[in-house]
Amino acid sequence: MSDPDRPVGEDELQAWVDGRLPPGRMQEVEAWLDRNPAEAARAAQYRAQRDELRARFAPRHGQPVPPRLRVAALQARRREAFRRRLTSIAAGLVLLLAGGAGGWLARGMAPDASAMLAADAVDAHKLFVTEVRHPVEVPASQEAHLVQWLSNRLGRKLRVPDLAPLGFRLMGGRLLPGDGAPAAQFMYEDGKGARLTLYMRAEPGDAGTGFELVERGGVTGFRWVEGGFGYAVLADFGRERLLPVAEAVHRQLTPVE
Amino acid sequence: MPDRAALIEPHIPALRRYAWALCRDGHEADDLVQDCLERALSAWHLRRVEGSVRAWLFAILHNGFLSGRRREGRRGPHGPLEEADEPGQDATQEDRLVMHNVVTALGTLPDDQRAVLLLVGVEDLSYAEAAHVLGVPVGTVMSRLSRGRERLRRAVEGERPTLRRVK
Repeated sequence: MSDPDRPVGEDELQAWVDGRLPPGRMQEVEAWLDRNPAEAARAAQYRAQRDELRARFAPRHGQPVPPRLRVAALQARRREAFRRRLTSIAAGLVLLLAGGAGGWLARGMAPDASAMLAADAVDAHKLFVTEVRHPVEVPASQEAHLVQWLSNRLGRKLRVPDLAPLGFRLMGGRLLPGDGAPAAQFMYEDGKGARLTLYMRAEPGDAGTGFELVERGGVTGFRWVEGGFGYAVLADFGRERLLPVAEAVHRQLTPVE
Repeated sequence: MPDRAALIEPHIPALRRYAWALCRDGHEADDLVQDCLERALSAWHLRRVEGSVRAWLFAILHNGFLSGRRREGRRGPHGPLEEADEPGQDATQEDRLVMHNVVTALGTLPDDQRAVLLLVGVEDLSYAEAAHVLGVPVGTVMSRLSRGRERLRRAVEGERPTLRRVK
């Protein structure tokens, strides 16, 4: 073991204060302290101050940890910051790509273009739906001709939705001036004379929108853009009755090419 | 492998205590701890696996404190530490009267001695852990401890020569 007469070092005195001496050496150091009261008093003071400091700072240790220092909260903030960074990178990329393709401007204008389509569709609806003798240009009896003709003029193979299951029969259709390009309007009628119109024209540069409600001058309906074409389904009756119609139209008009 | 939250979380009360003892300002101390934890989370993969998480966290906190001090130093002189001992702390009025002596005296110590007294005496870090936190050899820890304790003793003795508080 150790030598009881080995001189006590200052570091051992500090280790005694901290209770970090090996057990055997501890006894020897304490025996030395007994023989050296001045050193013992100094060491005791060190230890007392150490204890006092521990007591003084203890309350902080005992406090509940505030929410901002919870690891879960910090991790959530890190994830959020990461997500925001990704989002801003993604947004930057979209701008870059869209700008590169020249599509950015068109995209920025899309809501206006779509609203314009709705306005034109409503105008056409109001103009022709009240016609008694000439509501349509080409009647449904010449449906094949009507579809072929309008497809040629609009530059895309058109389909005429079958709304008979919903109680509306096709009356016919017409060609209309659109926003710099031809537009087509189809009219339907139920057994009681209630009419609805389907309006469509090219909407280039618009990737697509969901259903949007149109309410304008007593006309109610839905408009949407899909596959470079804009559509509006309009009627003078309520949207509750029109919504299933618009959904059927949307289903049947999913582009064939 | 236990997840990092489970390894870090148990040390937060001690980190708060050390930061508070260094800063003597509750809000500033918690800012320091928050910086430390954020750094620890982002640098988790850089820590030495065999080292103690506790010493690693204290080292991050201590370095954060030092760089904050350097920034303050560049901004200009600041008041002595005891002036930061403002209300808003957790001790009662009575506590603070007693605290005044030893804590105020601690505030007069150089930063490196104060840090050793706190890490070893209050936080119960081993001498080797304290050496790791401070980035110095163990011998340096021992000599700072010795000089710091003596200086603290003299400071308190000078204030109240006859009063000794031994628990």
